[in-house]
Amino acid sequence: MRLPSGTYAQNYGQDIAMVRTRSHWIFLAVLMVFVFTIPQWASNATLALATIIGITIISAHGLNILTGNCGMVSLGHSGFMMVGGYTLAILCRSAGLPFWVALPVAGLVAGIVGIIFGLPSLRIKGFYLIMATVAAYFIIHWLVLQFRSLTGGTEGMPVPAPDLFGLSIRDKTIYYYVVMVLVVLATVVAKNILRTRAGRAFVAIRDNDLAAEVMGVNLFSYRLQAFFIGCVFAGIAGGLSVQYYSFANVEQFPFFDSVWLLGMLIIGGMGSVSGVIYGVVAIKLLQQLAVKIGPSLAELVNPQAAVGLSLILPSVAIILFLIFAPQGISHMWERFRNYYQAWPY
Amino acid sequence: MTFFLQLFITGLALGMMYALIAIGFVIIFKCSQAFNIASGQIVMLGAYLGYTFLMPLALPVWAAILIAIAVGVMMGLVIERLTIRPLLGQPPLPIVLMTIALAGVIDGVAILGWGGEYQAYHDRLPAITLHLGAVSVPPSSVLALIVSVVLVAILMFVFRFTKIGLAMRATAEDEQVTRSLGIRATTVYALVWVIACVVGIVGGILLGGVSGASPPLSDIGLKALAVVILGGLDSIEGAIVGGVILGILENLAAGYLDPLMPSGGGLANVFPFIIMLIVLIFKPHGLFGLKRIERV
Repeated sequence: MRLPSGTYAQNYGQDIAMVRTRSHWIFLAVLMVFVFTIPQWASNATLALATIIGITIISAHGLNILTGNCGMVSLGHSGFMMVGGYTLAILCRSAGLPFWVALPVAGLVAGIVGIIFGLPSLRIKGFYLIMATVAAYFIIHWLVLQFRSLTGGTEGMPVPAPDLFGLSIRDKTIYYYVVMVLVVLATVVAKNILRTRAGRAFVAIRDNDLAAEVMGVNLFSYRLQAFFIGCVFAGIAGGLSVQYYSFANVEQFPFFDSVWLLGMLIIGGMGSVSGVIYGVVAIKLLQQLAVKIGPSLAELVNPQAAVGLSLILPSVAIILFLIFAPQGISHMWERFRNYYQAWPY
Repeated sequence: MTFFLQLFITGLALGMMYALIAIGFVIIFKCSQAFNIASGQIVMLGAYLGYTFLMPLALPVWAAILIAIAVGVMMGLVIERLTIRPLLGQPPLPIVLMTIALAGVIDGVAILGWGGEYQAYHDRLPAITLHLGAVSVPPSSVLALIVSVVLVAILMFVFRFTKIGLAMRATAEDEQVTRSLGIRATTVYALVWVIACVVGIVGGILLGGVSGASPPLSDIGLKALAVVILGGLDSIEGAIVGGVILGILENLAAGYLDPLMPSGGGLANVFPFIIMLIVLIFKPHGLFGLKRIERV
């Protein structure tokens, strides 16, 4: 972390602290107040958007560890979200487990499925691995549709709303708080995972896997760990998404969501934890913009204009970022911060 | 036996369709080491263009194909210049991500322009039906077969016997050395994209003529990537052989295994991916692909 001049670490606690300066604290406090007061002043539509953004951030943190830090591009993340979502739905509905037990289990099951599909990653990498994860998505999708008695097939299955100490979480406002607490938790966990031994091993594998192996990093173990951690995040996000709609359906987890998750990492900045948040917000707002201006275009072109536009706008944004700012928003922000900290020099 | 033959023949037609899309991928990978995920989308766009040229504009088929070639050339140049050229010299991953985004744009354009609806123009293309005993070969197979064979012959000829083909093969081998020998690598890349787009668009017009134009054509593009993996990333013959194998296997699996599945099957949608996963684990370079040895 780059600190302004004059900020010194006088003990180990200060050295490893995530939030160091007063302006850090002020920024963080303002952000927290903003995030947790949204239900007070925002409309229902905004609240829904904010909840979805929160759920997507959790999922994108997982992909960021897997792709941004361990360098294994996954186009199957949406499939792992589906695993988590259906696990939660089955546990809550058929086994009658409470939401709080089912959610971590959903994460674990998704993580284990992630390990299974991550197994080829020892032999293959790059484009081949991308194709393996594409295969993972379609195989999961097919399995979910096949086990109709368990998952409801194409019709999907309803999920009961959980009770939390007498508060029904069907209330969208309370659910928003639940999601946001988990988002904060996920962000802290993701940030910390990257500072552990495993996190450093991930970065070493990303930068040069052969060199990392020669230096004693166990490729097999760490690659599978990256898959496990990334898919746990995906599974929890999938579970939250299913619980939010009170319904589990394969349509909730389309293949293109994996593409957008990758796009969020590109726009935010690969490998950066704060970048994940910028990227998710940017792409979700672009899609919202497409939904807003779509109807006015519909009269000019055709009734499906909003759908087409919600594909084109984020894709064009991804292309522009790849060409002009491949390190993403987080890098742009860092450059700006360095500039004003050193101003007028 | 008739059932088997019927499955076999429809599988062959499907396989030819896969092969056409796979060629669009392989040509680009062969010369510039770039992965073109959007090749299925290009074929879909070709099918929609075919619909527009043949139905609302009611052009004759030859004129439609000529215009389509012009559109393909334009498209190849635009895509290469605007999206691929700026990434020249970067590792392959950003280019993969770029073509994924490109796939999103083309999908969006197709929905914006044609409403994402199913459009058919069967009666506008010449219908050739063959009968082999009790089995009738659908016109789609015959047409796709002819088109693929002609295209592959042309491409093989260009690669083997022309100067520009030599330049392409040289660029594929080592870009820097090629440049130092005075070959314009950027021209080669542009040409490669032009060829891939023309193949995709013309193939799309013909395929759209038999299967109709609809967004699922681009999903076939994803399955065609399984063909590419099976055949080997840089092998045109591999694309054809892999396409035919996968198309037939997929159809046989759907015909014989679907009735055994708990709820109706739908095995056709997932079978190519299962095969792809097996190939990736046991023979990652495919049937005809070049093995690359990596050094630090």
